[in-house]
Amino acid sequence: MDAILAQLLNGLDKGGAYALIALGLTLVFGTLGVVNFAHGALFMLGAFCAVTFRYLITLETVTVDPTQTTAWGTALEVRTPLAQTWFGDWGAVLIDWSVPLSILLAIPVMLVIGIVMERGLIKHFYKRPHAEQILVTFGLAIVLQEIVKAIFGPNPISQAMPTALRGAADVGALIGLAPGALTYPLWRLVYFLFSAGVIAAVFGFLRFTTFGMVVRAGMADRETVGLLGINIDRRFTIMFGLAAVVAGLAGVMYTPLLPPNYHQGMDFLVLSFVVVVVGGMGSLPGAVAAGFLLGILQSFASMNQIKSILPGIDQIIIYLTAVVILLVRPRGLFGRRGMMEN
Amino acid sequence: MTNSGNFSRRGVLKGGLAGILATGVSPLIFTRGAYAQEFCNAPTGDTVTIGFNMPLTGAYADEGADEQRAYELAVEHLNGGGDGGLIPFFSSKTLKGNGILGKKVVGVTGDDQTKADAARDSARRMIERDGAVMITGGSSSAVAIAVQGLCQEKGVIFMAALTHSNDTTGKDKKRYGFRHFFNAYQSGIALGPVLGDAYGKDRVAYHLTADYTWGWTQEESMKNATEALGWKTLAPVRTPVGAGDFSQYLTPVLNSGADVLILNHYGFDMVNSLTQAVQFGMKDKQANGKQFEIVVPLVSDLMAKGAGDAMKGIYGTSNWDWQLPDDASKAFTKSFGAKFGQPPSQAAHTSYVQALLYADACERAGTFYPPEVIKSLEGFEFDGMGNGPTSYRATDHQCFKEVYVVKGKEAPANPFDLLEVVATASKESVTYDPAIFGGELGPDTAVAC
Repeated sequence: MDAILAQLLNGLDKGGAYALIALGLTLVFGTLGVVNFAHGALFMLGAFCAVTFRYLITLETVTVDPTQTTAWGTALEVRTPLAQTWFGDWGAVLIDWSVPLSILLAIPVMLVIGIVMERGLIKHFYKRPHAEQILVTFGLAIVLQEIVKAIFGPNPISQAMPTALRGAADVGALIGLAPGALTYPLWRLVYFLFSAGVIAAVFGFLRFTTFGMVVRAGMADRETVGLLGINIDRRFTIMFGLAAVVAGLAGVMYTPLLPPNYHQGMDFLVLSFVVVVVGGMGSLPGAVAAGFLLGILQSFASMNQIKSILPGIDQIIIYLTAVVILLVRPRGLFGRRGMMEN
Repeated sequence: MTNSGNFSRRGVLKGGLAGILATGVSPLIFTRGAYAQEFCNAPTGDTVTIGFNMPLTGAYADEGADEQRAYELAVEHLNGGGDGGLIPFFSSKTLKGNGILGKKVVGVTGDDQTKADAARDSARRMIERDGAVMITGGSSSAVAIAVQGLCQEKGVIFMAALTHSNDTTGKDKKRYGFRHFFNAYQSGIALGPVLGDAYGKDRVAYHLTADYTWGWTQEESMKNATEALGWKTLAPVRTPVGAGDFSQYLTPVLNSGADVLILNHYGFDMVNSLTQAVQFGMKDKQANGKQFEIVVPLVSDLMAKGAGDAMKGIYGTSNWDWQLPDDASKAFTKSFGAKFGQPPSQAAHTSYVQALLYADACERAGTFYPPEVIKSLEGFEFDGMGNGPTSYRATDHQCFKEVYVVKGKEAPANPFDLLEVVATASKESVTYDPAIFGGELGPDTAVAC
């Protein structure tokens, strides 16, 4: 029982990441009708916002300590972050909490990147076939990842989580199990709660604001909304920016779990497309449900009891599920009639 | 007419010369010069090209970057630059700082991407396009075995760098492949007694294993070594290389009944799996009434740096450590540190040593002709390279020397002081019968390319 609960928690935090990326992907597809293969790159760019933020606040002064020498005979260099020099203990706190704080950098940066991407490139492909949209956005993803590789290098750059959120929480004790029976890393719980919060915020924004109402109307019937004198294109551009922000935030908060590298986006892209297809093209609740469903299935497939019966199932479960769902429900779990069927 | 009229002077000379060559009793002077036409990439000008093939991207890229630094230093020292590094300490005194056999050493580099197929392509390019007479480098046994196979086909010597699978000099050994680095079997022999002393004889181990040749052989070697102590082993779990997030494999460990987690991972994979295991609270956990422990059988400074605090107190083994007290290790650390501002890793050390060993073997053979160089490496006994007296066993091309058990330092004195050597396994204790791993070296026939 404890083992099943632990795998469930693991599935929820994995599923959180899948759902956030798939949500952004679906937002773009639902509003603009564009299949955006550069969406994974947006997740990666978000992660590198956290790297950049940490780099900026840990710019350091180097002093030489003549009392200590290295094994190769030079004086030992002592490095002190400028933030610590200027703000003392507050500087140290700032550095410690750099990952959550980098959200403040990521939101405007990702919004701008999203809007520039849409206005600069993707709008020229609205009326082109999906195959061309896929090619151009895939090319864009490669360009973006090569830019990041040129600036940050090819290797992962690890990001520390705040000291207070390191270690594991005794989840078992909270739900009445014996102490220590079910522990789970604190940051992974934070990630799950964070992704749930962002998903709720996106749905709330679309459901309860006038802007969201217009966007939903546009998604249902773009032409009629346009005839009513509403500049739906401008709103859709902002939605593209919003989708970029959602992917970016998913990337920022993921950095302590997995040190970001330039091709991280591609690793997630394939998975999130499967999530979108399983959930149903263009369906926001479908993307979220499928994200969590596949995360949980992947996690359970890694259990030794399952792997002893079906070796290697953990590697293929996501794709196997996609095959089964598409055979049984060709439009995906929450797919709408007519979506990508013309 | 007499029969003598049938034998002209020219005919006798021709026939005699042909007879001498056919019976193989020609003087050496005739055949030594002929090597140049008989083997792949025989150096013809005043330079000799060596191919440095290492992972600059992928899961083991940190090791590859350090290997690249080491080769840069080795080329500098072989050509007479810098302080000479290990050359003055090397027991064989053939290297004079004038290149190899009087030819200046030049290197070509390639990124093997930590992938066997990419590594073969890169090595092939170096052999076919760049004219490399020897290939060295790499930080994965899958890569080493793939490149070694190619080099055997091409008749080009391969001086493997970081490869720890028993198979490299076991079932997949090749006449043209040589390994200075130690192997998983030797890690097990060295680490077993230390784990027994530290954690007792009654333990249950859970293995997470990189799913390729190195992981499998290390898992097997660690299983044998720990079961000999009395430990039990749960069914091992294989993980893909470069998995990144290992959480789905770590979660089942918590309730498995194990009290030791053995991570058969390397490079970034190990950094990720270890830090994630610590995030899961495994360093603070109690299981079976004992403190839960994590073991990383193969560890390096680069990984310790990547894992940070998570590495503290964790046991593993190393081929070499920059803090070893012997003069040669100190000299190499000084030479490397002065040039690159950081101490060399074990990957850098083994790469550098392999480059020097090849150069020395050519000097002792008096030729680049691979079959002769192979003969001079086989059974070669040497010292002064930082691992004490070492021998290149002729039967499997595996080096035998001391193996070091290391532990993540609890209170580092400086940013580079990450591991401490806590025990040394003697050369004799880690020597084994080559028959246990099987394999055939194959022929040493030179191949023209």
